[in-house]
Amino acid sequence: MSTLQTAPRTKQPLRRPSGWHLVLAPIAIIFAIPFVQMFLTSVTPAKDINKFPRDFFPSALTLDGYEKLFQTSDILLWLGNTTIVSAIAIVSHIVLCSLAGYGFARLTFRGRTFGFLAIIGTIMIPTQLLMIPTYILFSRLGLIDSLGAAIVPWLASAFGIFLMRQFFISLPAELEEAALIDGCTRLQVFFRIILPLARPAIATLAIFTLLGSWNDLVWPLIAINNDQAFTLQLGITNFQGPRRTEWSLLMAGNVVATLPLILFFLFAQKQFIATMSFSGLKG
Amino acid sequence: MTDTKPRVPASEIAAHTVTPRPTPGLVSVIGTAPTRDPRDRKKRGLRENLEGWAFVGPALVIILGLSIFPAVWAFLLSLQDWDGFSDPVNVGFDNYAAMATDGDLQAALVHTLVYTALFVPTSVLLGLFLAVALNRRIRFIGLYRTAIFVPFVASAAATGILTTYLFNPQFGLLNQVLALFGIPPQGWLEDPNQSMIVITIMSLWGQAAFTTVIYLAALQDIPSDLLEAARIDGANPWQVFWHVVFPQLAPVTVFATIWQIIQAIQLFDLVYTTTRGGPLGATETIVYYLWDAAFKKLEFGYGSAVAYGLFAVTLLITIGVTIYSRRSKVRAF
Repeated sequence: MSTLQTAPRTKQPLRRPSGWHLVLAPIAIIFAIPFVQMFLTSVTPAKDINKFPRDFFPSALTLDGYEKLFQTSDILLWLGNTTIVSAIAIVSHIVLCSLAGYGFARLTFRGRTFGFLAIIGTIMIPTQLLMIPTYILFSRLGLIDSLGAAIVPWLASAFGIFLMRQFFISLPAELEEAALIDGCTRLQVFFRIILPLARPAIATLAIFTLLGSWNDLVWPLIAINNDQAFTLQLGITNFQGPRRTEWSLLMAGNVVATLPLILFFLFAQKQFIATMSFSGLKG
Repeated sequence: MTDTKPRVPASEIAAHTVTPRPTPGLVSVIGTAPTRDPRDRKKRGLRENLEGWAFVGPALVIILGLSIFPAVWAFLLSLQDWDGFSDPVNVGFDNYAAMATDGDLQAALVHTLVYTALFVPTSVLLGLFLAVALNRRIRFIGLYRTAIFVPFVASAAATGILTTYLFNPQFGLLNQVLALFGIPPQGWLEDPNQSMIVITIMSLWGQAAFTTVIYLAALQDIPSDLLEAARIDGANPWQVFWHVVFPQLAPVTVFATIWQIIQAIQLFDLVYTTTRGGPLGATETIVYYLWDAAFKKLEFGYGSAVAYGLFAVTLLITIGVTIYSRRSKVRAF
């Protein structure tokens, strides 16, 4: 399961199991409980949920919660909306941040240092400071209440440029020089030689953007009041008012919103961990 | 602690994945001959400038347009009294002065500090503890890691729904477990004295992975000779940890502390998705207050002033911790 340890297991004489299992196993179980409860409750019949004390495992499995979710809410529309937002955010991040990161790392032009410092400086500005003017700006641009409001802030980021620049700086310059002498243009060099080498950095960037844009709540909450343009997170948050007791439906919504990222995590754990340590960004 | 030897090379974890692969043998032997003609050089300079700006321009315009421009605008707004519809009134620094006498804002500040005091030390210590526990090669270690790291992908919306479910006073799992030990059911999110603790617990659930991962990377960077030497000198595992390992982790501790403080001061999402500031305003944080003032009460001017106040506090704390750690000879950045 682990992708962290790929070094070959050293040959060791048989010894008794480590005492750390007694520490780690209970912690792992506690960490797993919320998600386990989420999946179980989403397939639990209503009669089990209203029982007290409730059993940990349901007496029967049912998809009623999902059926009701899909029939009585726009969850599929919201899933589509979030997918659009995240897909555009990822593609745009990869293109714009790689180009800019490469420019700052490799090209010499007037204003390069100033431009880079200006971008890095913006990392210090908290998002709370920007919410009000950005809201006014977007409403003047007619973006409020449309999916565009959720997309535009995710087109590029200072973090992305910083990440890509650090990567490109570490690449040896001889590679591009050879290609330039062979008559390639800068753009050809960038797309044919540099980008393919940048795959590990691009994976980190893509996961960072996916996590942030998929899970974003504050900004859509402010900018989108029209339920046709809701993102998934906004949609399931709004369940909490009128449907706060329909637990199997709520948890089914939670599964729809979370499962894609859980699967992604299990599939690309190593890249996720790299992203986590690089950014620490959440929410 | 006999099996704490870091056996996984640091290069396999964390920040190091961005290291480039070794490049194939495509080394240029011919250098470009410098152009002698000054006119040519000037032309080349212009071309290079245009090329450079073409690469960085699009991203630069978007990022500066959505940060520096609104940040300046927010300052201008903070000098006004404006609801977004009627004509704005210039009030100078009245909004900032009003913050000093705003009882609700001060209450929100206290709640935020309570959360910061609960969340920051526990998240750093938990990360350190989990990293030490996970930094070993034993059976099921991959499974343990996955279980502890996967909550990192949970959104605030999903975490909020899970919190209200697990901590439900009537039927929640937590009260059921307490009942097994004969402890009466607790109010949790409905109890003003417990609600912030519940939010802290669930924040830790979702974010423990971050501090754990950065500590894990740092642990694996500690040279094993250092540990070996201490052991040969007769230090017990506990002494090795506090006298050899922990000092090596100081920069990470400073970084994690600053980062978690910034995160804690900005708490909003999980409050919105669990208590909406309640019960009795007990979980109303500064950012929640700001959001409420700006987007519920439409006090754009006052909201902007509060945002600037928050920015100033964050900046002061960051600078303070950095200076303090530099004085104690720890360089985190």
